[in-house]
Amino acid sequence: MPVTDRSRLTFYLLLAPLLLWLVTLIILPHVGMFLVSLREKVGVREYETGFANYAVFFNEPLYWNTFARTAYMSIAATVLTLLIGFPIAYYIAKLTRGRTKTTLFLMCLIPFWVSELVRTFGWMILLRETGVFSNVLQWAGLADAPVEMLYNDAAIMVGLVYTSMLFMVVPLVTTLDSLDDSLIEAGYDLGASGFAILREIVIPHAMPGIVSGCIVVFMLSLGNYLTPILLGGKDSLWFTGLIYSQFITRFNWELGSAFGFLLLGLSSTIVFIGLKLSRQSLGRTMAQ
Amino acid sequence: MFETPDLECRDISKSFDDFKAVKDVSFAVPPGTFFSILGPSGCGKTTLLRMIAGFQKPSSGDLLIKGRSVLDVPPNKRQVSMVFQHLALFPMMNIGANVGFGLRQRGVNRADIKRQVERVLDRVGLTGVADRPVDSLSGGQKQRVAIARCMVLEPDVLLLDEPLGALDLKLREHMKIELKQLQAEFNTTFVYITHDQSEALVMSDQIAVMNRGVFEQVGTAKELYYEPSTAFVAGFVGEANKFRARVQSLDAGVQMVTDQGQVLHGTAAGKALAKGDAVDVFVRPEAVRLSRDTALNGNAGQGRVENILFNGANSQLILRDQTTGAQMNVALPQTGEFRDLSVGDTVHFGWEPAQTRVYAGD
Repeated sequence: MPVTDRSRLTFYLLLAPLLLWLVTLIILPHVGMFLVSLREKVGVREYETGFANYAVFFNEPLYWNTFARTAYMSIAATVLTLLIGFPIAYYIAKLTRGRTKTTLFLMCLIPFWVSELVRTFGWMILLRETGVFSNVLQWAGLADAPVEMLYNDAAIMVGLVYTSMLFMVVPLVTTLDSLDDSLIEAGYDLGASGFAILREIVIPHAMPGIVSGCIVVFMLSLGNYLTPILLGGKDSLWFTGLIYSQFITRFNWELGSAFGFLLLGLSSTIVFIGLKLSRQSLGRTMAQ
Repeated sequence: MFETPDLECRDISKSFDDFKAVKDVSFAVPPGTFFSILGPSGCGKTTLLRMIAGFQKPSSGDLLIKGRSVLDVPPNKRQVSMVFQHLALFPMMNIGANVGFGLRQRGVNRADIKRQVERVLDRVGLTGVADRPVDSLSGGQKQRVAIARCMVLEPDVLLLDEPLGALDLKLREHMKIELKQLQAEFNTTFVYITHDQSEALVMSDQIAVMNRGVFEQVGTAKELYYEPSTAFVAGFVGEANKFRARVQSLDAGVQMVTDQGQVLHGTAAGKALAKGDAVDVFVRPEAVRLSRDTALNGNAGQGRVENILFNGANSQLILRDQTTGAQMNVALPQTGEFRDLSVGDTVHFGWEPAQTRVYAGD
């Protein structure tokens, strides 16, 4: 059939850029990195194939401590972003209309018009020893010496939550927007308290949005490099920092690749567990 | 006999900014009544219902349920349940959980909830569906689940916000009868709002016709149909031919002249009339008699058949009066006598002055 042949050709032509992108930019580099990570250096320009690089990771407490710390800090950042983002999204989606809604939504978006680097420097100006907060505290008499608020976990957390807020708010607003107001009213009408409605109606409805927001925020936090380094200082112990130093400082591409793969495994595992716990499927979540 | 009404509104009003949606509406609904509020869209009926449910606060006036003011009672504490326009069944729960929702909020224990849910589903004719998802039901069944979800709480008043609007015609006809039966079965006061007059006429014990925020008339279906007290009710409930005319004399009924120059005799309804008043005259299509050859008594004329709108038992003729040029809708008698009538034929038509209702115009 010439017609189906042609439509099939169109289909493959349209698919080609996607396939090209997937193969050259995602699959090939990963295969390459995986092969590099399996190379053991036994002498100058002498390599053997094996899992020695992975063994290094498990034998060095600093590495897997950093690994675990990155994981739980990212989870904490995700939970915090959700807790702060949910009321914001609910307010935008359900309690405002028309212009106010657009304006509020834009206000969430505006910080993202500047690069992450600039935004993070903004936080440094606020938090550093000679920064705005420190000066205000001294001026108000609440502190008698300059206060250093940078270079600790709280600063990292603030930076991570701030950076990823939009990626939580957008899917939440979308799902909450699709929640019919009459369902909430029906809940009230049948005698439910505000909390019961949140628990039984709003959250179950918003679950796909919550999960997709959490996945994105978690991935962004886990793979973030700038924020932990700038706000947490050089001892921030973020796993991406370790990968960076293996590749750039130590020129140890083999170990760096192994770390990269471990990070990929970690994020996949945690996302998988999250989906299982919330009883959502990846397909349903991403369709949001 | 004096009973405390299940629901009573006293001079209730609601304003939005400078727009008055509901203006000083007062009514009382005795226990066990099927009470309908009928009105065109935008007449304020939804606002009124939402005030009764508690989603909106009246600007003034008082609202009593079982004789007690509920103005300060939030919707989740009011003994009133509502069936929403699109039913608002919770898609995240199965049917049993939907129906049991209200009981769960009251802290009833699980075994009791299960038993009561089963019993109420039984009563609405949906046995054994508790574990199925909401989407597995048809439109009419969902309707019954929505009613069961409210009735399981045994509310003093059940509010229904045009719940049949989303159904197709056949199902709507069927659900009208079913709703009426359910109301009799539960013997609960229903307050039903709709813009569809046939829903209101078929189901209700009492109907209030609402227009521009006020009740034009409250009465039984028969009263509204045969004795509409305002021009709006006469035009809104049932079909009617409407003429504009001017009063000529008031001895022995009303004698008036239409804008087209025809002299008519009629019965004054509503407000008192004076000579020279502009009036609106209403005549129901089924009140008009037809005759092929003899001229008729009363208000009469001769007309040319312009169109035949065939719709089985509800067929209508559109006649053009040959002397005045006025248009007249006439119900086609189903006796077979006029079956062969066709466009272009001339017939005599006429109707009784008693069935010519005259209202003061504006």
